Amino acid sequence: MSQLFRMAPGGAWAGLIDRSREIRFSFDGRTLRGHPGDTLASALLANGVRLVGRSFKYHRPRGIVGVGAEEPNALIQLRRGERTEPNVRATQIELHDGLEAESQNRWPSLGFDLGAVNSALSGLFPAGFYYKTFMWPASWWMFYETFIRRVAGMGKTATAADPDHYEHMHVHCDVLVVGGGPAGLMAARAAGRWGARVIVCDEGAALGGSVLGERLFIDGKPAPDWVRETEAELAAMPEVRLLARTTAFGYYDQNMVTLVERVADHVLMPGHHQPRQRLWLVRARRVVLATGAIERPIVFADNDRPGVMLASAARAYANRYAVIPGKRVVLFTCNDGAYATALDLADAGVDVAGIVDTRPDPTGPLPARARAAGLAIHAGHAVALAHGGKALSGVEIMALDGDRLTGSSRPLHCDVLAVSGGWNPAVHLFSQAQGKLRFDDILGSFVPDRAAQAVHVAGSAAGHFALGQCLAEGARAGADAARLAGFGDGTPPATPATSEDAPAPHRTLWAIPPIEPGKGKRFVDVQNDVTAEDVALAAREGYRSVEHLKRYTTLGMGTDQGKTSNITGLAILSGIVGEPIPKVGTTTFRAPYTPVTFGTLVGPEVGEHLDPIRHSAMHPWHVKAGAQFVNAGLWKRAQLYRRPGETEQQAIDREVLNTREKVGIVDVSTLGKIDIQGPDAVEFLNRVYTNAWSKLEIGRGRYGIMLREDGMVFDDGTTTRLGPNHFLMTTTTANAVRVMAWLEYWLQVQWPDLKVYVASVTEQWAAAALAGPLARLVLADAVEGLDVSNEALPFMGYATAHIAGIPVRVFRISFSGELGFEVNVAADHGMTVWEALMKAGEKHGIMPYGTEALGVLRIEKGHFVVGPEADGRTTADDLGLSGLVSKTKDFIGKRSLTRPALLAPDRLQLVGLMPLDKKDEIVRGCQLVADGPGSGRGARPPVPMEGVVTSNCYSATLGCWIALALVKAGRKRHGETLHAQSPLTGRSVPVKIVPNVFIDPEGARLRV
Amino acid sequence: MLLIDCPWCGTRDQREFTYGGDAAVKRPADPAAVSDKEWHDYVYIRVNPRGSHVELWHHNAGCRRWFKLRRDVVTHEMQGSAPIGSELEPPLPIAGRPGKP
Repeated sequence: MSQLFRMAPGGAWAGLIDRSREIRFSFDGRTLRGHPGDTLASALLANGVRLVGRSFKYHRPRGIVGVGAEEPNALIQLRRGERTEPNVRATQIELHDGLEAESQNRWPSLGFDLGAVNSALSGLFPAGFYYKTFMWPASWWMFYETFIRRVAGMGKTATAADPDHYEHMHVHCDVLVVGGGPAGLMAARAAGRWGARVIVCDEGAALGGSVLGERLFIDGKPAPDWVRETEAELAAMPEVRLLARTTAFGYYDQNMVTLVERVADHVLMPGHHQPRQRLWLVRARRVVLATGAIERPIVFADNDRPGVMLASAARAYANRYAVIPGKRVVLFTCNDGAYATALDLADAGVDVAGIVDTRPDPTGPLPARARAAGLAIHAGHAVALAHGGKALSGVEIMALDGDRLTGSSRPLHCDVLAVSGGWNPAVHLFSQAQGKLRFDDILGSFVPDRAAQAVHVAGSAAGHFALGQCLAEGARAGADAARLAGFGDGTPPATPATSEDAPAPHRTLWAIPPIEPGKGKRFVDVQNDVTAEDVALAAREGYRSVEHLKRYTTLGMGTDQGKTSNITGLAILSGIVGEPIPKVGTTTFRAPYTPVTFGTLVGPEVGEHLDPIRHSAMHPWHVKAGAQFVNAGLWKRAQLYRRPGETEQQAIDREVLNTREKVGIVDVSTLGKIDIQGPDAVEFLNRVYTNAWSKLEIGRGRYGIMLREDGMVFDDGTTTRLGPNHFLMTTTTANAVRVMAWLEYWLQVQWPDLKVYVASVTEQWAAAALAGPLARLVLADAVEGLDVSNEALPFMGYATAHIAGIPVRVFRISFSGELGFEVNVAADHGMTVWEALMKAGEKHGIMPYGTEALGVLRIEKGHFVVGPEADGRTTADDLGLSGLVSKTKDFIGKRSLTRPALLAPDRLQLVGLMPLDKKDEIVRGCQLVADGPGSGRGARPPVPMEGVVTSNCYSATLGCWIALALVKAGRKRHGETLHAQSPLTGRSVPVKIVPNVFIDPEGARLRV
Repeated sequence: MLLIDCPWCGTRDQREFTYGGDAAVKRPADPAAVSDKEWHDYVYIRVNPRGSHVELWHHNAGCRRWFKLRRDVVTHEMQGSAPIGSELEPPLPIAGRPGKP
């Protein structure tokens, strides 16, 4: 069997497929054939495949409904393995050789699906089913979820990494035209001829939009021919860019529109260096929305049978793809739309069993042509029920009295029912752009009203569906857009003549009542299995707002976002609650218009390209030394240098002990460095730091703390006076960027009178810190032209010198608590100087240490760091540093320090913790609770919280775990026992509060 | 994604900028002289107007200048920017704005 539903070649309307070539593809393992120009949907129909999926909730058999982005049913699992993609609309998949597609949501097979039992039990699945059923007991939710995930849901995502790549493209243009149908092409022609930079995008494989599926003439030629000629004309314009296979899916502020271009989705695999998809971020001076309209169905009983489709889709399958959707068709309509379908299908050889028109007296040229063709018109009738299971077998029609069914039903045999309930303009992007919508009573649909951005709407998207009007409006919009973007005088090009018949008025009708209550399911949203009865139930239960209705019933919440169901659903709600449709309103239109893969949104920023990586000048050395690295912001920092046979802890212990006993060296290039110059530099430092800077001598440094205006510690570091008006400030690695912006804020916004310049020099200087009792010996061996004695270069002293012939800055500062020197050198020479220091240190037993050892050294020394201890809620006094807070001068945040809460006696204060049992580990993040009844092991809540463990480490120096903590009034509680309770491990460890400085509290080692 | 008009560099993408809060907040000239309430209001209390709002922005990935920007926080319409220390023009009347027919 092959393509039995493919129309014979020949004739004026033989479709836009290439019959000379055959494409082989597979669907659910069956090999089928189609032609270039087909979509998966048209090829399936050509092969007589009607059943393409099972529904979400009831597992009802479902067929193809639409022909484009609106398709709610035919969701396909495309490709296999790591390239598989779920929930792709078969109507938008271009057929290609080797295409592999699987139906979804069925088990074990599409034809025999065990989940269909849900349909028999459908009484148990009303609206709000999940909320009602799975509320209790809460502990069962895990079980429910497992079950629901298996039987409901859609396709499966790939479990392996995506092997393809994706690109981002940032562009500016004068006029972006969304939609390459007649209106869009005219807009592009109008704007392009004035030389404006124009981008035209269309979601289809080819430009042309809906007219590719119509038997219409433009300028005396078949519409597809006119499209091709216009496209060629546009392609010849140097400033016009045509993007087919490209969906505009988001409309953001200041006319930024996001497009997804499916570069290689129409081939088996992307070519070498070809992205699968490309995200375009377009900034347009003006946007023309020529997005067309989406036909809407009419709701009636069992309207989801495979074979029930939109009238425009049935027509397009015949006219564009040369596929007859069935052998015998019934039309069901409330407007002229279905008549074109009837005439086109009749001409294609389909048996037209009747046109069921809800209008009592359809008049006008199209009904007249249908009558003349001998087609039976059942005026004033409606389809009340569809028959069939896996395929439609017929319908029952009944006379309409107003909105009610009357008389007795009559069967009509058919395998296709083509339905037209009117048209909804595709206002999605207009609405995303914050444009206001208006309900048009004559059209029975929402149309664009007031724009909020530089946007024009043309053609069907504006609710003007006639072809001639689309062309004229497109031309007008394009010319206006070009003029407002600075091109041309706004004269539109002439509108080409068209052949279309003027349509007769339509009758707005949303849903046909059931023949008798409960007979059949009247689906509003076929993708999410929401029926008219669900909408009524939701309204009865009080969900009368459209936003509540949506969430309670899941109407319009599927991957199709209710393109064929939202308006119908809210119209039905409007009828039930007795409010006019405009008052009920629409739900919010949000991006994306159609689903976009994460791969496209993320683009090339994956793996090592996720963020820029910052390396210090000595990075290659650390790599060679076998360092393990840790991310510190964007920096890669050496975490530890493990030797063969060592565990991580052994390596850390070795690095710590070597630094405490001999000498260590650590790369501190990542610390923020800010060069501060100007006559008011001292005054500036006095204002940004809590301590005083006026008396700092040239060649000396000082440690300082900055506060925020709320009095909390913001950052800390040393600042050294290099000259009378010249300082070098260091910041923490994490806050380097923030401190820079902060200083700029104060200088530019608050104190523009201060003559101070600041410049970030973090990248310009590489920095290495020597620490340990032998540090001076190492430096002495390495340095030229510097007396490194304690007298010549005392603690917090500064000097310039040379190492390996390269000028360096030497600062005598220490973070480890040991005798320390920090050497700064122009980054380009960082490696040379580091190697010179290593060489000089060799005979003294120098070892590099990483951030882990650095952390241990600072915890042993009781230094706070920004983040764990200075967490945005701690003051200088909380950290035991009130000695650094000047009483005599003003500084940022000082006024906050006297607010009552900051003087409270039970504030959390920085302390040290030692385990009572030396074998116990104190875990970071532990809650500290008091010793005594009601706490510790076996305690009953409430257990008052006394503090929290902020940093912990194993101290090789002390031979046990130690920790820093913030404890209520902690400084007065030294010696007290608390319990470190870890909610994660459930373990409680008794700990003793001790001073936060574990080693050398007098600081004697710093000053030798 | 906003388009922001830096008074020094021209119109650039939002990702070059950092938001810096309400530009109308005045720091007390002498913090020691104000009451706890006045200081509290300066540190914590911000108006949240619906509509036009003058904000501070920092062109951190550009000229690194702080400047004032008038923006409609409902529509995200940009209504002008100015260097610190100079006054911003009042917003244009509705008819003169882009996109309004």
